[in-house]
Amino acid sequence: MSALIQLNNVTKNYRRGKEGIAIFDGLTMGIEEGDFVAIMGPSGSGKTTLLNLLGGTDRTDGGEIWFDGERIDGYSEGQLAAWRARSVGFIFQFYNLMPVLTAAQNVELPLMLTKLSPKKRRDNVETALKIVELSDRAKHKPKELSGGQQQRVAIARAIVSDPKLILADEPTGDLDRATANDILRTLQLLNKELGKTIVMVTHDPEAARFATRTLHLDKGRFVEAMA
Amino acid sequence: MNDFDLVRKNLFRKPLRTILLTVSIFMAFLIFGMLTSLNVALNAASETGTSGNRLIVSNKINFTQPLPIAYVNRVATIEGVTGVTHQSWFGAYYQDQRKSRFVGFYVDPETYLNLYGDEVRLTEAEKKAFLSERTGVLVGKSLADLYGWKLGQTIPISSNIYVKPDGSRTWDMKITGIFTGAKPTDSTSAIYFHYDYVNETRTFGRDTIGNIAIRSASPDLNDRIAKVVDATFANSPAETSTVDEKTFARAFLKQAGDLNFIVSMVVAAAFTAILMIVSTTLVSAMRERTKEIGVMKTLGFSSPRVLRMVLGEALLLSTMGAVLGLGVSALILKGLAKSPAGAQFGDLSMAPVVAITGLMLAISLGLVTGAIPAVSALRMSIIDALNRR
Repeated sequence: MSALIQLNNVTKNYRRGKEGIAIFDGLTMGIEEGDFVAIMGPSGSGKTTLLNLLGGTDRTDGGEIWFDGERIDGYSEGQLAAWRARSVGFIFQFYNLMPVLTAAQNVELPLMLTKLSPKKRRDNVETALKIVELSDRAKHKPKELSGGQQQRVAIARAIVSDPKLILADEPTGDLDRATANDILRTLQLLNKELGKTIVMVTHDPEAARFATRTLHLDKGRFVEAMA
Repeated sequence: MNDFDLVRKNLFRKPLRTILLTVSIFMAFLIFGMLTSLNVALNAASETGTSGNRLIVSNKINFTQPLPIAYVNRVATIEGVTGVTHQSWFGAYYQDQRKSRFVGFYVDPETYLNLYGDEVRLTEAEKKAFLSERTGVLVGKSLADLYGWKLGQTIPISSNIYVKPDGSRTWDMKITGIFTGAKPTDSTSAIYFHYDYVNETRTFGRDTIGNIAIRSASPDLNDRIAKVVDATFANSPAETSTVDEKTFARAFLKQAGDLNFIVSMVVAAAFTAILMIVSTTLVSAMRERTKEIGVMKTLGFSSPRVLRMVLGEALLLSTMGAVLGLGVSALILKGLAKSPAGAQFGDLSMAPVVAITGLMLAISLGLVTGAIPAVSALRMSIIDALNRR
């Protein structure tokens, strides 16, 4: 496996009033292609900030971020948006689906950023919904779906444009155990069968067990790594 | 699905709110369409038939005050004057004073047709019949169409000013001509009949006239002729004010107030109110969707594209309201034009310039009301948007 993402000496600070708080001070890490990494740690340890940096939704104050051989930390806002559209799928804790759109239309959203024909788009949406076993709910709006179903729609949205990397922020945080396991099995399937690289932030050790490795973050540093 | 689908779905996510906003905008454009069209029609009507080499002599106190008829012959002798006629307001209506008033002048037939023959178009036979028939009346084609009047028919024309010795206000008149205008769009909602017929049978105001129309040899002579006319009657019981025909027409219209100003103020007030309501609602609607905008940006929608979508919503909303408002006002104007009341305003319809101005206004309204939410969506950072509860 080769490193899909490489962070070199990354620094990130936040300002709280007049006070500057260092989140990362020289963080270096690599994530291999095809990896399924769970990132755990207490609140304020920098998990979500790390995910934001990996997804190009936040910027570093120093250091380098490389993705698949491209250095992305110097990209402009527009370049980052285009890069996210083609390379990253996002899964959020609270699903974040558009309430005015059906499940299929929600899944189609990332494809609006591609030049695919309408037919190819429809095919991709159907395939993504089939993977998450929600073909029969394609025309339902989010409010007509259960939490688990909504999260599966969000997963379909994350994979529909076939990105190399999937970032999941507490994807099971709002679900009961059985549904959470369902979702995690789906993520495992995406990793194993489709070769997707997944980085998942979680508080839940049960959830972390579905990953191939777990990184523990504390005060901006990895304190322990388990296989 | 494309950007427009997304704009449309977002706009109608709360149908009641969108309907209420559309109705507000609709009302503003209804007011705009109706008042502006009315103003345009009145301005056009006042300009219809005006000519650069014609002057109007009226009483200096006010044009509603009469002039002695003897003035006509004296004006005719002034150097540079090539034609003179007179016309007097009758306050004409047909059967029902409230519903069927129209422009009616009693005139000196021969000199009037000599001066206004281009604007009051008749066949030779009609002209001859009008000149020879003392009770003859020329009716405009649009009035004839409205009331179903036919050539040769005798119609009762009443006055809201004059009374006959028997107490009646109605003069029977025989239609000797149905005239058209110089251009198809010129207003023909008027009637003209004999001065003598009215003068001999009215109880007051005998041998007086409303105003004198002069044709000058050249527009260059207008100022000089006006000065000479007014000087001729200076210090007399009925001093005159002589102006060119267009100025007189505008002054006539201003009797109802400065309509241009009133219309502008009413329309501005309506649009300011709508601007406030729509902007505030759109800002709060966009605030409700902060997280969704954050998600879209996360998925890779660029900030300018998000800005365009938000502006698109405001534009779609204002255009819907405007098209409905302008459409309904065009229909109302069409209906009004066919009614006796509407005939008083000349040719009532929505002029293309009003429709185009309305649509430009709709676009401006959309851009202005959408500007604040669109710019805040453009500037919104993903982290802030996603963290907002």
